[in-house]
Amino acid sequence: MSAVLPAVIAPAASAFDAGPLRTQARWRAGEFAFWLLPVAAYFLFPSDLALLSQIAITALFAISLDLILGYAGIVSLGHAAFFGLGAYGTGMLARHGFGDPLLGLVAAGGLAAAVGLATSFLVLRGADLTRLMVTLGVALMLYEAANKATRFTGGLDGLQGIEMAPLFGRFAFDMLGKTGYIYCVAVLFVLFWVARRVVNSPFGLSLHGIRLNLFRMPALGTPVNARLVAVYTLGAAYAGIAGGLLTQTTQFVSIDVLSFSRSAELLLIVVLGGTGSLYGAMLGAIVFMTVHHLLSGLNPQYWQFWLGLVLIAVVLFARDGLMGALRRLGARLPERLA
Amino acid sequence: MTVLFDGIASGVLLFLISVGLSVTLGLMNFVNLAHGAFAMLGGYVCVGLLNRLGVPFLAALPVVVVVSALAGMLLERTLYRRLYGASHLDQVLFSIGLVFVSMSSAHYFFGAQQQPLQLPKMLSGQWHLGSADLGVYRLFLIAIGLALAFALQWLVASTRFGAQLRASVDNPRAARGIGIDVDRVFVATFALGSALAGLGGALGVEMLGLDPEFPIKYIVYFLIVVAVGGSGSILGSLCASLLLGVCDVAGKYYVPQVGAFVIYAVMVATLIFRPQGLFGRAAAK
Repeated sequence: MSAVLPAVIAPAASAFDAGPLRTQARWRAGEFAFWLLPVAAYFLFPSDLALLSQIAITALFAISLDLILGYAGIVSLGHAAFFGLGAYGTGMLARHGFGDPLLGLVAAGGLAAAVGLATSFLVLRGADLTRLMVTLGVALMLYEAANKATRFTGGLDGLQGIEMAPLFGRFAFDMLGKTGYIYCVAVLFVLFWVARRVVNSPFGLSLHGIRLNLFRMPALGTPVNARLVAVYTLGAAYAGIAGGLLTQTTQFVSIDVLSFSRSAELLLIVVLGGTGSLYGAMLGAIVFMTVHHLLSGLNPQYWQFWLGLVLIAVVLFARDGLMGALRRLGARLPERLA
Repeated sequence: MTVLFDGIASGVLLFLISVGLSVTLGLMNFVNLAHGAFAMLGGYVCVGLLNRLGVPFLAALPVVVVVSALAGMLLERTLYRRLYGASHLDQVLFSIGLVFVSMSSAHYFFGAQQQPLQLPKMLSGQWHLGSADLGVYRLFLIAIGLALAFALQWLVASTRFGAQLRASVDNPRAARGIGIDVDRVFVATFALGSALAGLGGALGVEMLGLDPEFPIKYIVYFLIVVAVGGSGSILGSLCASLLLGVCDVAGKYYVPQVGAFVIYAVMVATLIFRPQGLFGRAAAK
């Protein structure tokens, strides 16, 4: 990050030197290694593909929050709103006969983006605390709406009877979740690639700048509000697509997709992984979901207790999360890892 | 009429619990989502004293206050104070962590079921006034709530401690400079907030129920009170709580299909148009 800052704060007066940007945007060896993980997981854990799909979905969801929290610095306690919108949107579409997976994802992303755009103007008013409460309020309103509109959403029983058409008309979603897993990872990779382009673009750098110094950026000619609206909408669309993926792979929507604890857990995942880093978000999702899977088998309460303790410890002692730890480790090695 | 009365009673109860949050969030500018955990602690201490040790209800309340205050003080000294200068996000994460820990601890010690509470004879039953049925316990709640509201308003607005508190919040450095022990003022304030939460939790067992989900179930209500009432304003919190209590009860009674939707909408609207709340003073930095 430190290599990027000069470009943000003091752009060259005459010619814009994009050199540092290109260096920053180059793919590194560690990244290629990271993307071998899902491939390896497919062969190593063929019986856990359902869980692995969940991890990929959570990773995408974490990226969506990281875009607005880690890059733009907008705190949100209600990001599950967009996840839920995507999940319900896809589910209802499939129930009405439009079961094509890709169409479902586009609809999920579009719906969430529309609501994200509409609510972004609310979110932009006020500082952190107001934002927390407004995002929380929006999510709670959607939860209440889904809870009460039982005719459309099934209420607390969840939305059932979702039938997905085969992917591209050829690959049906099988019981083992092979198609589902490959599909989730592919979507995750494509959207990650887009997000990576976005955060390394001048647009992404201006978000960094806004987070670091809100008052300096307008002076540099950055339209702060327009940028924040854009990134909030983008984050909402990503969350919606993640929700849509969940519906398609589980063929069921529980009202839990909109719950407060989903937003809170997501916040934890992103902070655990390290904010402001797409890999951090994904790493957080992997660690969180794996530990959750292992511990909650023992006792759900036990899991929650340790979750709380870890959260407190992260805030007090390790604010940069797993990615920060990796970076420090990497800095000690002669060859840089990340 | 009965609906209005029940609404006022639940509003006062809400006030009792959330006024502590109004103090920590509004005056000390700390986003303490774990506030409900202190209320839950109060509830469990009360239930434990009553059901396991056979202490009478009214005698248990002072114990509840002391225990919650001590717990608040301990946590303030060890954990909270490290985060006064931190960003709101950190405070939120930290207090959510605390909520998780408290919920699973409550689950471990008391189990997931609702805790029963047997009110003393003196406080149960109803009075019939014309067409309205007035629960004695609810009258008791309203009396306590109003008394506390005025006592607190007096404490913050007209005593030396209140002045020190406001000074410490508005400008800690200057307050230190003129010899106010800011740390001690904050500890005392935090203990006060926790004690109120505990008391509210204990009094609320009868109406709100008590189970390990308590801190998450009601935190939204507490936040709404603070947001709508204006942080740091005690009479504002009282008005907001009453409004919220009456709307909530009346809404559930007359238009159950709308549910809590209205309340959230009112909160968001208030935040948009009056970010400092209905009665808030300008945010101090």
